[in-house]
Amino acid sequence: MATHDEVYQGIRSGFALPRPQSTTGFWSWVTTVDHKRIGIMYFVTSIFFFLVGGIEALFIRAQLFAPNLNLISADRFNQLFTMHGTTMVFLAVMPLSAAFFNYLLPLMLGARDVAFPRLNAFSYWMYLFGGIFINLGWFVEAVPAVGWFGYANLTSTTYTPGLATDYWALGLQILGIGTLVSGFNFIVTILNMRAPGMTLMKMPVFAWTTLVTSFLIIFSFPSVTVGLLLLTFDRLFGANFFEVAANADVVLWQHLFWIFGHPEVYILILPAMGIVSEILPTFARKPLFGYSVMVFSTMLIGFMGFMVWSHHMFTVGLGPVVNSIFSLATMAIAIPTGVKIFNWISTLWGGSIRFRTPLLFALGFIFMFMIGGLSGVMHSSAPSNAQQQDTYFVVAHFHYVLIGGAIFALFAGIYYWFPKVTGRLMNETLGKLNFILMFIGFNVTFFPMHFLGLMGMPRRIYTYGPELGLTFWNQVSTVGAFILAVGVAVFLVNLAVSLRRGEIAAADPWDARTLEWMTSNPPPVYNFAEIPVVSARDEFWARKYEGVAARESAAAHENSGERGIHLPGNSYFPILMAAGITIFSLGLLYHAAVTFTGLAITVLSLFGWAFEGVGGTIVYPEGEAR
Amino acid sequence: MSHVGVERTATGVPNRKLGIWLFLASECMFFGALIATYLVYQGQSLVGPYPEDLFNIPLTTVSTFVLLMSSLAMVLAVSASQRQDMRGTRIWLGVTAGMGLIFLGFQAYEYAHFIQAGLTLSVNLFGSTFYVLTGIHGTHVLIGVVWLLSLLVHTLRPLDWSRRALDIEIAGLYWHFVDVVWIVIFTVIYLLGVGG
Repeated sequence: MATHDEVYQGIRSGFALPRPQSTTGFWSWVTTVDHKRIGIMYFVTSIFFFLVGGIEALFIRAQLFAPNLNLISADRFNQLFTMHGTTMVFLAVMPLSAAFFNYLLPLMLGARDVAFPRLNAFSYWMYLFGGIFINLGWFVEAVPAVGWFGYANLTSTTYTPGLATDYWALGLQILGIGTLVSGFNFIVTILNMRAPGMTLMKMPVFAWTTLVTSFLIIFSFPSVTVGLLLLTFDRLFGANFFEVAANADVVLWQHLFWIFGHPEVYILILPAMGIVSEILPTFARKPLFGYSVMVFSTMLIGFMGFMVWSHHMFTVGLGPVVNSIFSLATMAIAIPTGVKIFNWISTLWGGSIRFRTPLLFALGFIFMFMIGGLSGVMHSSAPSNAQQQDTYFVVAHFHYVLIGGAIFALFAGIYYWFPKVTGRLMNETLGKLNFILMFIGFNVTFFPMHFLGLMGMPRRIYTYGPELGLTFWNQVSTVGAFILAVGVAVFLVNLAVSLRRGEIAAADPWDARTLEWMTSNPPPVYNFAEIPVVSARDEFWARKYEGVAARESAAAHENSGERGIHLPGNSYFPILMAAGITIFSLGLLYHAAVTFTGLAITVLSLFGWAFEGVGGTIVYPEGEAR
Repeated sequence: MSHVGVERTATGVPNRKLGIWLFLASECMFFGALIATYLVYQGQSLVGPYPEDLFNIPLTTVSTFVLLMSSLAMVLAVSASQRQDMRGTRIWLGVTAGMGLIFLGFQAYEYAHFIQAGLTLSVNLFGSTFYVLTGIHGTHVLIGVVWLLSLLVHTLRPLDWSRRALDIEIAGLYWHFVDVVWIVIFTVIYLLGVGG
């Protein structure tokens, strides 16, 4: 396929370590900096954590199947809903979106990799180690049980002694650093690495939603970083940030958390919206309706996402003026969101639609996200919110947004881009079965929660009495959860079967529109032998059907395969530095010697990283793909 | 032609420079949250020592002046590196790092003095907010000093000026940012804090 002849620059040792040279096998994955491999690692890890979070949910639903059940204790129940929420938000949905960013963005932009390949690997290892760190509690009976938003002062050493809350706070901090770094990386990638001719308004919408998501990450995560830092100082070093006895104000935590926490909601949903915006035009065989409106609504959602955090705190007592302002802002954010829904529907309107599995999931997304959005508008009114706060109505709302919305769109994306990654199509029959089971299971699980909430069932209670009249809908909901689980099992079977025996995909199996389909399935390590020059919004489609000729440009020629393609070198340092930070954090909980070891590993890795340089090899593609 | 040194980017700004600008944007939110926390708890301590018992404005003015002047030295280092003036680059990198160390010395002296006067991390809200905010800023300065000294050592080896000048400019952006944050901290915490 390709010949590696000229060995580039830094074979010389970076610090004490020789540059890793393997291109296959275990070590090639550990040291990889290839965005496609990192994307696959994100995918596998996030699916694993998705299953862990799902199993936690099934325990919760089983316990609530009947009144006064005693399957699990109240303490265990607290641990389960805390870890379920934390896992699903930080370890399943966000990194699954990151898998798409990693694998697809450089391909969609016509780039050879992300801007900072080693930082990209570092982000992944921080994710993996942070995920393990948070879950370590299961093995030492110190499972966090403070809710996924860890309200002060339940998190103080007085009310949650032991290490559980520390695992939670430090684990989130590790995850947060990795996420921030990938935020910087993707903004630079999108702004700087676009193919010649691809202006911002010619980018795929998925690139736009990733850009806005990344901006949300870099501006919102610092707030929770500070919150967790203050909490850690309280717990480990006796500071007073959330100690009421010292006159501290516990509402400070709520502000710091939700200034991050509300943009986080959009961090979860915007990538999903981007995926749907790629899939609908392909399967309707029409351009996306209202591209520029879509882009501006995305920006508006991102911007307004920072001005609505207090709607999570309507019952705190911030006063009528504050509540009114946040009510209005929250209602206003429904406008750009509603615009998007109409754009998606208009994209389908009059199209020659092909009902393949990716489209089914995308349609499911529109339908269920709309329900979630509407119940969201119901919460936005502060007086109405007072009735719904902390009830199952809210649980129904955010699961409609995050499963019906985000997860369905991500599944649509998996079915759509599976042939890109593996060269094989996913099984269509199993796919449709997967969709139907998940669709039914999801709605049976979560629609009744609206009723339960309005009947007054609070969140986070481990059981309820038979006289409350909550039994029937809880039973329906639990049955639904198991149907949903069967749906996910079908998905896993489909993955396994299609990976081995799936139909071999044609070069352009969906008759798609964007650049990533202009290279082979799976793409070569350098993505494109010749960087495409872009002249249309749906460049690939325009070349196929609108007679737009492939353009030449000096810039593309300079970067062409004939002159050799530079591939950045693999590196040990991303995983070493992530390990150093993790060991440092572990040491804070156990022993100073461990802390200093971790610090030393981190600093040495940093220097090794800086001095080994980009390194790499020059590759000459033999056959020109296109 | 080097395939690594000269990168073609869509915006014309080198990747690493755009990256550091984004990092600093994010740091604004980080320090913003920390300073907001300090302000929320200002005057809320139940027991002393209080800021007005401890702050020595003239002393801190001196250390602030040193840090401010280090930004000038940094600019001269960047300028020298862009003129490919090896000697000037080394001298001004050294001076910048040295002034950073002097600032840290003042901070260490201040901490020692405050602890002696009974202000610990745990004694009251002022102690918690003061040490965490200024400590995190000091850590940023320390990282900056190590960064500058590493660049100084690195310029002793044969070098590719176009890359090295960018390295120094990026470190400079970070250094100026840390300096600007201190101006905010000094104004809000020290000057307005005691007066108000």
